[in-house]
Amino acid sequence: MTLHSFDWALVIEKLILIIIIVLTTLLITLYTTFGERKVAAILQDRPGPNRVGPFGLFQPLADGLKLIMKEEIIPTAASKWLFILGPGLAMTASLMTSAVIPWSTDLHLFGRTIALQVADVNIGILYVFAVVSMSVYGIMIGGWASNNKFSLMSALRAASQAISYEIAMGLALIALLMTTGTLSLKTIVADQVSGHWWNVVYQPLGFIIFFICAMAECNRTPFDLPEAENELNFGYHQEYSSMKLGFYLFAEYVNMIMSSAIMASMYFGGYDLPFFDESTVAPNIAAMIGIGTLLIKIVLFVFLFMWIRWTIPRFRYDQLMNLGWKTMIPLALFNMLLTGALILAKL
Amino acid sequence: MSILQILFFALSAFAIVSAIMVLISKNPIHSVLWLILVFFAISGHYILLNAQFLAIVNIIVYAGAIMVLFLFVIMLINIKKDSEPQKQFLVKLLGVLAGGSFLTLLVALIKQTAQIEGRQLLMKDGVIGLIHPLGKVLFTDYVIPFEISSVLFLSAMVGAVIIGKK
Repeated sequence: MTLHSFDWALVIEKLILIIIIVLTTLLITLYTTFGERKVAAILQDRPGPNRVGPFGLFQPLADGLKLIMKEEIIPTAASKWLFILGPGLAMTASLMTSAVIPWSTDLHLFGRTIALQVADVNIGILYVFAVVSMSVYGIMIGGWASNNKFSLMSALRAASQAISYEIAMGLALIALLMTTGTLSLKTIVADQVSGHWWNVVYQPLGFIIFFICAMAECNRTPFDLPEAENELNFGYHQEYSSMKLGFYLFAEYVNMIMSSAIMASMYFGGYDLPFFDESTVAPNIAAMIGIGTLLIKIVLFVFLFMWIRWTIPRFRYDQLMNLGWKTMIPLALFNMLLTGALILAKL
Repeated sequence: MSILQILFFALSAFAIVSAIMVLISKNPIHSVLWLILVFFAISGHYILLNAQFLAIVNIIVYAGAIMVLFLFVIMLINIKKDSEPQKQFLVKLLGVLAGGSFLTLLVALIKQTAQIEGRQLLMKDGVIGLIHPLGKVLFTDYVIPFEISSVLFLSAMVGAVIIGKK
């Protein structure tokens, strides 16, 4: 394959798709922070942000502007390159998951069939798993480079928490893969669209395990031990200011959106609108309906994340480890055995 | 030059530079971070060979889990740049000898391998690296070595628990 025989149209198409996905994700993230504050306000019976613009709708823009305008401080004792690398890594790792999510069925534009998925790789789910295991580096590097004892403690907590919950997450995934028989997210979603039920029906226990682990991987309350402010001041991003802090905070919300998209695709039919036959409308309209459906599912999951955050208090650290190793992993193993037995019995 | 060759040489250069940086970095944390980049470069080579499963497992296991543990341990024992113990001359010499003989062994092996002798780069070809063929081979032809290695892992885990409880 030489440079000339390369399909440049495909490259440009994918590039445009990546830019659209990243920009849309960041825009949604901006309003997720607003949603978080509103949900918290409703749960605590207060109005929430309502000063900037109609219903406080411009609040996220004001927040972003404030973060950018703040003075940028790099501690003199910090190791400078790693200090800058930390937030960038956190953001990159959280955005990278979007590459394998199938956003909808194919679009037909300008005589080309455009797949609304950046890469349909043979190993889709394992790719997601690899990115999840990478995401801890942003926190670890940032926490270590700050040269602050609280930050370091928090980085170590984040690492051990991530490793503990990754195992149960992987075991829950294996049980799902046993029922689907494929690793490609596109095929998994397509199987759920065509006829048979959503995967959550076959894997209810697996979904619950996966959801809890996803919450732990996103460092959301009740699992936000790495930034427990009453034990560790402010956690791993204590020394950060300005937009670097903003990147860490945004990365948490991007993680939340991406894991919602993954859960929607794997367990809840992805872009599948229930009780609706997509083949009755034009392909482009079906694709648009698909995107809308997936976005609604993502928003519902994100709301669930927030609801849990503002309802359940934070675990103690030993409780967190006990839950991870003594409850989640045996439960996931049991789920795997059960799935295997059911598949055998059906054969 | 084709795109695959450009990618191959870029990845190779990336891997070698990162590997050298692992050795010459004074700070152990920096060494670990460079080592992670080496694993990424090697995974890139696997992808060029269309061994997607191997590539992603390399990232999950080595770059994602083992290196996190390395980083964890180094951060925990908190090695300072200056307090790192200097090794004696004899130890260094032995290290060079051991490393050198391993290198000679590898080069000799590669030279003798008939399969790659006189062959061009084999890239983006074949399905043996994909998950279905690999799984079939592992659970039919190589099922005994596979099971034995899993028992080995189990015994290592039991050993770790016993040492941890002491």
